[in-house]
Amino acid sequence: MDMNSVLTVVLVLIGAPIIGCLAAGIDRKITARLQGRVGPPILQPYYDVKKLLSKDNMIVNGSQNFYVVVYLIFIILSLLMLVFKADMLMIIFVYTVASLALIVGGMSTGSPYARAGSSREIMAILSYEPILILYALAIYLLTGTFKLSAVLDASTPILMYTPLIFIAMLFVLNIKLKKSPFDYSTSHHAHQELVKGMLTEYSGPGFATIEIAHFYEYVFLTGLIFVFWAANPLIGALIAIVAYLLVIVIDNITARVYWQWMLKLSWTFLLAISIVNIAFLYISGVKIV
Amino acid sequence: MSLAKSPWIIHVNCNSCNGCDIEVVACLTPLYDAERFGVLNIGTPKQADIMVVTGSINYKNVNVLKNIYNQIPDPKVVLAVGACASTGGIFHNCYNVIGGVDQVIPVDAYVPGCCPRPEAILDGVVAALSILENKKKGNIKGKEVPLKGNEVPSNA
Ligand code: SF4
Repeated sequence: MDMNSVLTVVLVLIGAPIIGCLAAGIDRKITARLQGRVGPPILQPYYDVKKLLSKDNMIVNGSQNFYVVVYLIFIILSLLMLVFKADMLMIIFVYTVASLALIVGGMSTGSPYARAGSSREIMAILSYEPILILYALAIYLLTGTFKLSAVLDASTPILMYTPLIFIAMLFVLNIKLKKSPFDYSTSHHAHQELVKGMLTEYSGPGFATIEIAHFYEYVFLTGLIFVFWAANPLIGALIAIVAYLLVIVIDNITARVYWQWMLKLSWTFLLAISIVNIAFLYISGVKIV
Repeated sequence: MSLAKSPWIIHVNCNSCNGCDIEVVACLTPLYDAERFGVLNIGTPKQADIMVVTGSINYKNVNVLKNIYNQIPDPKVVLAVGACASTGGIFHNCYNVIGGVDQVIPVDAYVPGCCPRPEAILDGVVAALSILENKKKGNIKGKEVPLKGNEVPSNA
């Protein structure tokens, strides 16, 4: 590790939650405006976390908060791997471990609401994971390696050749940010589904840690969108921001659906367009440099 | 200051006629928009700070109320909204009614009225905020309220 990478790590550790916090605040502000309300201040997520940290920690079993820490660590790890242009498959794998930690944490509490929420989150993983893998496969077909560095250093953006996978990834973004219509495992704001889904039993500092991990996750997920046009970081960031705003608007104009509905959507439509895209890449044999 | 900026409420309906509930919900609508103070109507007691109780307490729901109260982590305050929650209201002295919320759990603020206007409820929440801050500063913890088995009136 040279000086530069240490600096990058510190920058990501400090910068990502600040960006994530602002993104969450903007989300709440836009949501309020779309509903004709004034809305909370932009820094509201920060106040929430600060408050949660000062509350008592009420746990139902000793391991519950351990899973939260695992979740946080693996989210940070996957974000760092993304920043350091690591192997795309490995990033997806590490990111899945993070999601699983939250599920196991929810299951371990024994609360029926948390359990139902956790099993729904498993369904969510089942529906977005194949698309993530196909996304990695597209990167492989385009560059000949799973390493992200090949994409990030290339001069042509991969969005040119993967428009269909991009559309599928927008849905993945929607599912992973737990926004309506796919917010049934747990949800943000005051939306209630099964009390609070798999996060029902968390309180105080434990819940604050989850919120902070969410901030990192916001940056990570928009980072995955950024990769589509990494050739020009400015355009890439713009696409990521527009995608995020699109998800917020979709959140406000749609109603929650059954999880079966989401599974059907992703395993038919999203998977189909992704496979068509992959087939095109395979047959045409295009490469980017 | 940190507590006062993001009070999350949990709304408990004990035997309310629904009049007060509608007014509590009205606080969250665009007209009154309680979220500009950071107020969220949260689903689970484990993440709540302010317990908003509407309706009087009867023998059927007293244990539910105590159970929810016990599950809110400290510091916490209880806000009794409406005449029923404050004293029993029009259900006072009914054969199945114990009375106001303060008969079973400690209440920090009352919002009288049948039903109270949304402005009054928001005022109550704002009044509860300073109590919440004081509780944090003084490290005042709510006592665990013991649950009894099947509660019945003494003359039953
Ligand atoms: S105070 Fe009035 S409006 Fe509220 S629950 Fe009692 S009777 Fe209904």
